Amino acid sequence: MKFCDFIDADAISPELAAVDKESLIEEMVGVLVASGSVKADDKESIVRAIMNREELGSTGIGRGLAVPHTKHPSVDRLVGTVGISEEGVDFQSLDGEKVHLFFLLISPPDRPGDHLRALESVSRQLRDGTFCRFLKQSKTAKAIHQLLEEADNNQFVS
Amino acid sequence: MPAAKASRNVVIANTQGMHLRPAGAFAKLASQFKSHVELICNLDRVDASSPMMLMSLGAAQGTKLTIEAIGEDAAEAVDALAELVDSFTAMDAELSLAEEPSPDEGALPPAD
Repeated sequence: MKFCDFIDADAISPELAAVDKESLIEEMVGVLVASGSVKADDKESIVRAIMNREELGSTGIGRGLAVPHTKHPSVDRLVGTVGISEEGVDFQSLDGEKVHLFFLLISPPDRPGDHLRALESVSRQLRDGTFCRFLKQSKTAKAIHQLLEEADNNQFVS
Repeated sequence: MPAAKASRNVVIANTQGMHLRPAGAFAKLASQFKSHVELICNLDRVDASSPMMLMSLGAAQGTKLTIEAIGEDAAEAVDALAELVDSFTAMDAELSLAEEPSPDEGALPPAD
């Protein structure tokens, strides 16, 4: 699965403003509302579902990356958004470090395979230190989008 | 004591595959042993103490994996980790309950 299959070009946030976990998730789901990927009416329910998932264990998996996610019946395809926080957010990560890079994913309840393949794409690309570093240093949505496209074209995977 | 080597073949049985939660649990347990543990999927071999590396295998239901450990507690490590893989189905069920507040919407698949 490629990034362009689940990250909309207009759902990229180079400068996330939130300073705590819940407001960050609200901000990122808000980006998906603004881009038209999810309905405004579903926002609260999606945020709550993602927070419920975080209660079971943080999706901050170390190296400054978190992948907050949930299944939600309001979407009929996997939708995702990517965002960067220069300050970093305390996400109770496995390694205790602040998180700077976020991939938020919402998948239909009946499509576990898509969710797994999206996680595979994100983690396979981020295994590459260069891609991860470039992404964290990106200052504009355009620059991030370009990096995701380059990753989709296998320019980072060794 | 000379470094011992142990390995075990496992199959991912849960419908959701090795998504973030199982990968996190696997990495956490793998790092509790003195042995160095790797997970092998086809030609890909990754450090089992990193959830990111584990997820990058994209191990879906039915995927065959080999757990390999090298170190003084290698045998215990592969046994414990194989047992953990068997618990992924129960982990998925717990996750479904947390994520789907309406019990009607996402009935759990029958356990097999």
